[in-house]
Amino acid sequence: MSSSAPSLSLGRRRGGRAVEARVSRGLWADALRRLVRNRPALVGLALVAVFVVAALAAPVVAPYGPYERAGGQLEPPSPAHLFGTDLLGRDVFSRVLYGAQISLQVGVVAVLLALLTGGIIGALAGGFGGWVDAALMRLTDVLLAIPGILLAIGIVAWLGRGMPQLMLAIAVTYTPIFARLLRGSLLALREVDYVVAARSIGASPLRILTRHMLPNAVTPLIVQATLVLATAIIDIAGLGFLGLGPPDPRTPEWGTMLVDARRFLQTAPHIVFFVGGAIVVSAIGFNLLGDGLRESLDPRLKR
Amino acid sequence: MIRYIVRRLLGAIPVLFGLSIVLFAFVHLLPGDPCSAILGQHRTEEACARLRANLGLDDPLTVQYLRYLGSLLRGDLGASVINNKPFLDEFLVRFPGTIELTLGALVFAVGLGIPLGRLAARHAQSWLDGVVTAISLFGISIPVFVLGLVLVVVFGVGLGWLPTQGRIDARLRFESVTNFMLIDTLLAGRPDLFVDAVRHLILPSIALGSIPLAIITRITRASVIEVSHEDYVRTARAKGLTERRVDERHIMRNAWLPVTTVIGLQVGGLLAGAVLTETVFVWNGVGRWVVDAIGNRDLTIVQSTILVFALIFLVVNLIVDIGYAFLNPRIRYA
Repeated sequence: MSSSAPSLSLGRRRGGRAVEARVSRGLWADALRRLVRNRPALVGLALVAVFVVAALAAPVVAPYGPYERAGGQLEPPSPAHLFGTDLLGRDVFSRVLYGAQISLQVGVVAVLLALLTGGIIGALAGGFGGWVDAALMRLTDVLLAIPGILLAIGIVAWLGRGMPQLMLAIAVTYTPIFARLLRGSLLALREVDYVVAARSIGASPLRILTRHMLPNAVTPLIVQATLVLATAIIDIAGLGFLGLGPPDPRTPEWGTMLVDARRFLQTAPHIVFFVGGAIVVSAIGFNLLGDGLRESLDPRLKR
Repeated sequence: MIRYIVRRLLGAIPVLFGLSIVLFAFVHLLPGDPCSAILGQHRTEEACARLRANLGLDDPLTVQYLRYLGSLLRGDLGASVINNKPFLDEFLVRFPGTIELTLGALVFAVGLGIPLGRLAARHAQSWLDGVVTAISLFGISIPVFVLGLVLVVVFGVGLGWLPTQGRIDARLRFESVTNFMLIDTLLAGRPDLFVDAVRHLILPSIALGSIPLAIITRITRASVIEVSHEDYVRTARAKGLTERRVDERHIMRNAWLPVTTVIGLQVGGLLAGAVLTETVFVWNGVGRWVVDAIGNRDLTIVQSTILVFALIFLVVNLIVDIGYAFLNPRIRYA
């Protein structure tokens, strides 16, 4: 990683004092400093932290169980039920917390899967070039030709409803994006001086790819993964809303909860606002964090 | 220019070919017994035999694929497994609804996004810029169905300003001819119904248009700011042109290019988003039909809809790219 760090961090700085200290810092330490100074990114980080903590600590923090009958039907928000109750008297606040758990679980697994398969496809295409590249890129073209959530809808329709199917559907949707991104970075790196130098001293292609090219192509992938998590959370809820989410309709999945909430827009609109709000807030968090990471990892982008 | 178009058209062929293989696998390589998977609870031995004969499931896969490809090339997109109605007939009845919704969303997104983006660019780094950036962040982060439901609650249920279900007031019993409500109502000489149809279109368009609005705003802002720093803009100002003329003739003419490309790219997302929007607003279009088809496990409909939407997406992208090359000579001769 350090091979390119000095050239990246030699940007212009407004303050003069820090210049001499810069050479010793790595890319990541440098990026972290910039991230901490970026206020929108910090807000994003905080929102993501709330989301993750809510998801992990749901069993501890939630005042009621997700299936527990905790109060009357469709009660408005009150101190006992912060987000009110749903048709079956379940506590909406507790269900939103457990919903975060499902979104985080499905989202993270799906995005990691997409990152891994997309990364392998991109590395093969960008690393080998030639017909391997051509064949793999046509494959991504085909997947990208099916617009947006339609591909995920098709996959769930094909495989049937279920958590693994949901993860797979989201993963396949985003695989071509990571593949394209990594391939592009690798192609650009092919003629970079230190890669040419490694080649000229006789390093094997595999070594060049793994030691010199991949480490320098990782940052855009990380940025993209963060941004994709935002859309993945939205897509998961969207599939749930279409009835393609978890097979059990009682599951506290955000999209599935909105299907129920939709039937009581007149009498209990609060459910839509709280559940919808949870989705929006987590998506905003990942979007802000992703944009912030992009700016801090690649200072050249900042105007 | 013609060489460029031909090259792009040839480039689309492998994609279409790959798409046909994927969609073939979608119906013909279903996990498990195809009869149970496709027919589900409607499975009877008789229906199963008919299905096997219809799909030719007893032939080798290559034969099945070639037959599928052949029927596609003849323009035969199959028929519903449930009621045997031809796909295309049913699709064409519902597609106008989706077109109206998509165009409505596009009008909303472009009509608001470009002025917002220009405004933010002109006042870059000011509080106004911050507000516009916040709006676009919100637009990207709010799912169409959540925004849709909130709009229904606020403007439909709460304020009662706008209708929230369907394409036209069902009590009016208006018979559509072309299935384009906006055209039919005018053809029938009923401006009152036209207004009603437009009112039905407003909330779904806003919900569906929120993501394109955010993207178009961002790209317009970035593009205008970038062009504003060009030498020829400074020259134009230096030779004493009015700010308005600099804006119109020197900045916007060049800033348009990336904006038009991005507008074209939105069409795919809009078609996919229509599935969710139509579900929220009980809108009679292709999207709701597909959702119903999934519920009935009527996979031919899902398969062919994906194919048609992908085709539209590819064609629109092609038109946008060619238009871009036409507008920007630097691409054409590269």
